[in-house]
Amino acid sequence: MSAKKRSPWLTLVSILVYFFLYAPIIVLIVFSFNASRTNVVFEGVVNQGPCGPFYWYCELFRNRSVMDATRNTLIIAFTSTVVSTIIGTMAALALQRYDFFGKKVSETALYFPIVTPEIVMGIGILVFFSAVFGWINTALALAPNQRLTMGLGTVIVSHIAFSIPFVTLVVRARLHGFDDRLEEAAMDLGANEFTTFRKVTLPLIAPGVLAGAMLAFTLSLDDFIITFFTTGPGATTLPIYVYGLLRRIVTPELNALSTIWVLVVLIVVAISQWFQRRE
Amino acid sequence: MIQHIRENRRLQGFLLILPAMFVMVTLLVIPLTLTVITSFGQRDADGNVIYTFTLENYWRLLGFTEQGWDDLYLRILLRSLWLAVQTTVIVILMAYPLAYFIARSPEKRRNFLLFLVLVPLWTNFVIRIYAWVMILRSQGVFNSTLGAMAGLLNVPFQPLDLYPSQTAVLIGMVYEFLPFMILPIYTSLEKIEPSLYEAAADLYANAFRTFWRVTVPLSMPGIVAGTILTFIPVIGTFVVSDILGGRQVILVGNLVQRQFLDARNPPFGAAASIILLVMTLVLTLYYTRRFGLGEEIAAG
Repeated sequence: MSAKKRSPWLTLVSILVYFFLYAPIIVLIVFSFNASRTNVVFEGVVNQGPCGPFYWYCELFRNRSVMDATRNTLIIAFTSTVVSTIIGTMAALALQRYDFFGKKVSETALYFPIVTPEIVMGIGILVFFSAVFGWINTALALAPNQRLTMGLGTVIVSHIAFSIPFVTLVVRARLHGFDDRLEEAAMDLGANEFTTFRKVTLPLIAPGVLAGAMLAFTLSLDDFIITFFTTGPGATTLPIYVYGLLRRIVTPELNALSTIWVLVVLIVVAISQWFQRRE
Repeated sequence: MIQHIRENRRLQGFLLILPAMFVMVTLLVIPLTLTVITSFGQRDADGNVIYTFTLENYWRLLGFTEQGWDDLYLRILLRSLWLAVQTTVIVILMAYPLAYFIARSPEKRRNFLLFLVLVPLWTNFVIRIYAWVMILRSQGVFNSTLGAMAGLLNVPFQPLDLYPSQTAVLIGMVYEFLPFMILPIYTSLEKIEPSLYEAAADLYANAFRTFWRVTVPLSMPGIVAGTILTFIPVIGTFVVSDILGGRQVILVGNLVQRQFLDARNPPFGAAASIILLVMTLVLTLYYTRRFGLGEEIAAG
């Protein structure tokens, strides 16, 4: 599209939409320096303890539940990203470049989660795990402290399940127009399948795989609904923790957490951009 | 064995898809089947599920109870549907001008403008709702700003009672899903050949006619993709309504969640969940058939 003739009205409306997008973020950041504990009205910049205006940030790092939730969130995101990227990429390769029995069915099954409301999937997985765990616990007559329960494992497995379709979608888009002859050439020159994949196929699809992994990671970090139904004792993630707080009392600590969250994500994005530029 | 795999491309494809299919069957097909089975069941006095075959849960959801007609749940279903429609329309109306603005910006600046759209998405879903609590509550940022402005102009001011309310839920939903509409619309606008505008101008189409007859139809794939990315999450969420709506706004999502976790009536919750799924699939199918498939979902 050409870059000419933009009416001033369009510019004005666009600025207003940007304002709508950013006002909440600015409020979040400003109120992280609030002197008021209840955090309803801004009562000046906090200046307390050795941290001064960063009082709430220091409080945050002393808060064990926040640190545990952060650790859980990262464990879940990393594990589910690695597994779903591998499985999703394999599926993308299969769907884009191979013919096999049941291809159409597989394709539909893989796109189904994208058009399924998250709560339906979450409830389904909850019903599934309670049935399976209930059955195993009774069948093996496990003692109360040995019983299988929901926890990190169930959350990770569920995140893998909802990320795979998105990874497949992104990698497939990249595979579109992949030249099969490049692989044939490698094989003709005496490379075996493994070398061909490592030296030819993988470098070509790497940007797509990376984009898929980034998407899976973001989805996992942000997920609330499916985590809510599949989590258990000791597997509280940050979104679940924040939701719990919102139903009780919120101090500017939560604002400090939000501010750090935005900063960390911005840094991660900046680094990945820098890597892409270098390539 | 290895030799056999090497030579058989069909087998290779099958082996590559196998792990994904295993996950989909265990965590999608079986769970959904179990949900359907549960929805035909009943619960006993302790909240355990008795597996029978009764349509009672579905009848109750549709308004036919043992005590006669009661449209409580039907109203919840319609309210969720209506809220999802309202959100989607408002989001399209806000996203389109911005996407158009970005697509018409100098090429060098486009990526930065798009990046600005993405940043709010990277805070957390739940944290974004919290931000709106801070803004909308009676002594919050919105009311104090309005109050200060009224004070300057010497006008009497009554703080607006926005939180918790249905309006607050709508604002929260619009905020959550706006970026998901901007991205696909931008993608489809950006693909339009400049020569098409020149052609329209050569044929004496004015700006409005060009926009309506050239730009909008060509950006339809983006709108369709954005609608799917907005409508489906909105119709199934319970977090936004839970926090911004207080106890006033109950949607299907809240109904399902409460039946499973508070009311301990899984069969009824399962039936509500299945109705939600069927409703979503039917609407998505109709919508994509009517306006063409949203192939841009991949891009967004």
